[in-house]
Amino acid sequence: MNALVARLVVDRGVPSRGSRPAPGQDPAAGPFRLDIELTVASGEVVALLGPNGAGKTTALRALAGLTPLSAGRVDLAGVCLDDGDAVFVPPERRGVGLVFQDYLLFPHLSALDNVAFGPRCRGASAAQARAVARQWLARVGLADLAARRPRELSGGQAQRVALARALALEPSLLLLDEPLAALDARTRLDTRADLHHHLGEHPGPTLVVTHDPLDAFVLADRLVIIEEGRIVQEGDAATVTARPRTDYVARLVGLNLYRGHGDGHTITLPTGMEISAADTVHGEAFVAFPPAAVALYVQPPEGSPRNTWQARIVGVTRHGDYVRVRLDGGPGEASADVTPAGAAALQVEPGQQVWAAVKANQTRAYPA
Amino acid sequence: MHDTNVSGAGLAGAGPSSETPPTATTSTVEARRRRRPGLVPAPLILPAVLALLFLVMPVVGLLVRAPWRQLPQRLVAPAVLDALRLSLVAATLATAICIVLGVPLAWMLARIEFPGRRLVRALVTVPLVLPPVVGGLSLLLLLGRRGIAGQWLYKWFHVSIPFTTTAVVIAEAFVAMPFLVIAVEGALRGADDRYEEAAATLGAGRWTTFRRVTLPLVAPGIAAGSVLCWARALGEFGATITFAGNFPRKTQTMPMNVYLLLETDPSAAIVLSLVLLAVSVAVLASLRERWIGGLS
Repeated sequence: MNALVARLVVDRGVPSRGSRPAPGQDPAAGPFRLDIELTVASGEVVALLGPNGAGKTTALRALAGLTPLSAGRVDLAGVCLDDGDAVFVPPERRGVGLVFQDYLLFPHLSALDNVAFGPRCRGASAAQARAVARQWLARVGLADLAARRPRELSGGQAQRVALARALALEPSLLLLDEPLAALDARTRLDTRADLHHHLGEHPGPTLVVTHDPLDAFVLADRLVIIEEGRIVQEGDAATVTARPRTDYVARLVGLNLYRGHGDGHTITLPTGMEISAADTVHGEAFVAFPPAAVALYVQPPEGSPRNTWQARIVGVTRHGDYVRVRLDGGPGEASADVTPAGAAALQVEPGQQVWAAVKANQTRAYPA
Repeated sequence: MHDTNVSGAGLAGAGPSSETPPTATTSTVEARRRRRPGLVPAPLILPAVLALLFLVMPVVGLLVRAPWRQLPQRLVAPAVLDALRLSLVAATLATAICIVLGVPLAWMLARIEFPGRRLVRALVTVPLVLPPVVGGLSLLLLLGRRGIAGQWLYKWFHVSIPFTTTAVVIAEAFVAMPFLVIAVEGALRGADDRYEEAAATLGAGRWTTFRRVTLPLVAPGIAAGSVLCWARALGEFGATITFAGNFPRKTQTMPMNVYLLLETDPSAAIVLSLVLLAVSVAVLASLRERWIGGLS
């Protein structure tokens, strides 16, 4: 049984039912409509991925009851929380736990009292609430820091207190907004593993908003990708990584992606170029290949393999132990990864003309 | 091998010429932050120095003319002590009233969108710009024995407010309330209201959120507002003398005492003024502490 079934429609830029503009939204951005359908099963972790301004945070706020729906419906464990009209359960009566991006730990309360806040509001006595809070702090490994104020905690510790505070509610739905975004790289690694463990233990449905694909791949069972308020792709990490369906997703997973018309092993792109693929497709199709599969030559390559085109270099950036060369021409924009030695041999620089080639067995084609 | 690496790194550095905007923005910001060191224009120096002297010299005069030797025995004179006690009690009660009524008003102004909010905010500041005498007269017309509300108070409860200590407190609260409301509203607007959203997701209703999250968050603002409010109440003269009169031990506060003594015993007036000055300086000092504490 799906614990969370929702169709979220939120209009922004148009005054909705008694709400202020949500924080973090640019009021001058013009009208915007979020319209997505989400189902999350009990015990399932779904990641909501998307670029900035796609509506991820708006979706979380709508589920938490901080932004009322313009239309649509939210059902949690069979109870309607918002139907965009007469029914609206306010956030304090939803039992939805929300971990904010910047945690929003109450600065005037100790870590313990922050975690005890939820149980206390639910009618527990001060002593009971603190006992529950102590257990949760122990679970996230912070029993020693119970008396600390939030400003005396490191980023990773604050993140865990925020998680404990949300979990202490025993929420019927757990929401996390960019849970790792505020952390430095090293802390992020540890916290991500920790978080994965705690989310796995949460019995209810969990929705994680992130713009980091790695967070999504590690934390979530399923990915939902939204752009401009719409779902553009859904699926598990393997499917999304192998078969991106938009430029954003392709960039996210690091692939060159083109859309064209398939006829067997050949896909014709709008630029007129034909790409050969190992897969067979008919009709509208995507073709994708990794930047590392693109080879660059100064002269037209010998034996004229298929999938060869002449391109102009528009950018060169160094990433760790390879050099990414951005190309224009042939199928459109493309990225090629070459070794520093290769880049030096080619003397790549913006404006230069080169030949690019991709082997058919390294391209993947699938129906659009 | 070594050569290739070097040229590779060089490429990476020179390559992304199309991605220069971030660098450009940084340098603009730096340029804006860097202030051109220049001389103060001459026409500004003299007025500025005069203004400072104008503000400081009267206080210096007070300190110079103070009868320092007789200070101790004059301070404990019964009349002085009475006026001091009355002033402190009335200002404190007035501040308490301002907090109890003013904080909720400030919350409404800061957090609730309602029609006419701008008008209400303007009305709150009326006592700030109203001459205190006019304020006192208005209070008299409202709460006097034949006033709009006062006549019923007198008829039903046989209560008459004017010319009592209660009247002193009311007059002081009237003129001092805007200081508190404005300070607290500012603090509430400055506070991140997402803490209140966080409290709501944790199951706190609006009242619990106000009590357990909002109030503690703006406590420094409330303290600063209260101190300002208390200082204004302590120095109140015009509205108080109009509405409460000038009766020793009942409505005669320090400022009134100073004014009266000026005709009969100027050095006593100076002594009382020194006391008020000391209180003001203490208030200023405590505010500085608060503001610095609130910022860090």
